[in-house]
Amino acid sequence: MACDANGTGRAIRAAAGVVAEHRTELIDLDRAIGDADHGENLNRGFTAVVSALDSATPETPAAVLKTVATTLISKVGGAAGPLYGTAFLRASTSLGTQSALDPEAVVTALRAGLDGVKARGKAEVGDATMIDALAPAVEAAEAAAKQEGADIAAVLTAAADAADRGYESTVDLVPRKGRASYLGERAVGHADPGARSTALLLRAFAEAAR
Amino acid sequence: MKKIINDPADVVVESLRGLAAAHSGILRVVEDPALVVRSDAPVDGKVAVISGGGSGHEPLHGGFVGPGMLDAAVPGAVFTSPTPDAVQAAVEATTSSAGALLIVKNYTGDVLNFETAAELAAAEGAEVRSVVIDDDVAVADSTFTAGRRGVGGTVLLEKIAGAAAERRYSLDDVEAVARRVIGQVRSIGVALTPPTVPHAGEPSFTLADNEIEFGIGIHGEPGRERIPAEPADQLVARMLAAITEDLPFERGDRVLLFTNSMGGTPQVELYLAHGIAERLLAEQGITVERRLVGPYITSLEMQGISLTLLKLDDELVELWDSWVNTAALRWGV
Repeated sequence: MACDANGTGRAIRAAAGVVAEHRTELIDLDRAIGDADHGENLNRGFTAVVSALDSATPETPAAVLKTVATTLISKVGGAAGPLYGTAFLRASTSLGTQSALDPEAVVTALRAGLDGVKARGKAEVGDATMIDALAPAVEAAEAAAKQEGADIAAVLTAAADAADRGYESTVDLVPRKGRASYLGERAVGHADPGARSTALLLRAFAEAAR
Repeated sequence: MKKIINDPADVVVESLRGLAAAHSGILRVVEDPALVVRSDAPVDGKVAVISGGGSGHEPLHGGFVGPGMLDAAVPGAVFTSPTPDAVQAAVEATTSSAGALLIVKNYTGDVLNFETAAELAAAEGAEVRSVVIDDDVAVADSTFTAGRRGVGGTVLLEKIAGAAAERRYSLDDVEAVARRVIGQVRSIGVALTPPTVPHAGEPSFTLADNEIEFGIGIHGEPGRERIPAEPADQLVARMLAAITEDLPFERGDRVLLFTNSMGGTPQVELYLAHGIAERLLAEQGITVERRLVGPYITSLEMQGISLTLLKLDDELVELWDSWVNTAALRWGV
């Protein structure tokens, strides 16, 4: 798939579909350790993203991601709105005006998104947040991009696989950021909903890139 | 789930319409983005005091909009902080050349969204400051958590900062009073039952008949620990100890005691608990000089209470006593 503005838009729409499918699962994960709104908020945000993409016609991948970012920031609220919004905004900025993405550009965008989330949320790997899925995903994507003949699908699949493992690792962690941090040890045994949604989004992008 | 609602997605806006209908003399409601604004805003030469956060804590914050208290409240979705553009819209609707003070509860989402909004508003040229309240002693203030939560003390802070602004304190001075309140207010909460978030449809946690959650926040998140239910004397003593060990409050201190219902606890139990707290504080030589008792910062229909102590001085007493005219707090008018 050529990852131009249309391809990027298709990947985002696929992600919106996955968020809608997993809305209840994310609410349930959040209910265990937080306030039961993660699935609802992300679904509200991505529903608005799809309408925004329908009514605008962004001409570059960066413009698509910027639309995603501003819509999420203005529709989601909570912690997820500014964090995902910042991730997509930084990813967008990193892409400049290029009309189509190659594997290296995808890696650059993922890295920029990760740095943005770290700066906004001040979390690190091991705090039981979306960083636990995103950081290993970026590393895996970087490694995959160095392989001979790697395409975008291979890079994103490697990222999604690592994000899944990262998400699963949050089950055993004591959260140190976000609302779950108030639970301390009581949160052990529960996966982080933000890490789950990050893994779901990356998987959706990987599937869309096939 | 049994609630008096239509579509869960419309709960906040439909409730705001009712608020506007009931209190049209003092406030108006904007639906997109959702805002509750004092009807005579912006008031020339007066610092705008703006607060907000997730809905589901009523009367916080919309019920406190009006002369003497808040210029605007920014309600998010239920238990979800509002977005930066909504906060920015509140700043635009209320802020004169005197500037604005944003009151933010220390929850990750609130801090992130209000921080972003303050940057946006500053870029537009408005003079905007923000203070973050973190009065919940249930949470250790360490690098291993997001820090203490902002809970019951928020109500007292909004009243006092609002009174300071109404008296035409400068932005520097309103901010200074707000920071002083934050420095000397502490709270603790307990839950006997969970709330049910309308869009989730199921209770946020489950408790056996003989269990209570000790050290809860205001979003139906589980508390610091789960303890066996106990008689009110013991429970209130446990709650007060958690507060007074923290600041610490000392013999001879003058305080405001705020006994709050989390939404589902009836007045009979609320006053019962308040009476015990007054007696225990008197025994410790702490003088309760002002009181507030009622459901003011709630978690939907959750049963439970929170206790808040604010150490008073003459200026804080004067600002607390100052007239206020809002839907939920009204005196001196």
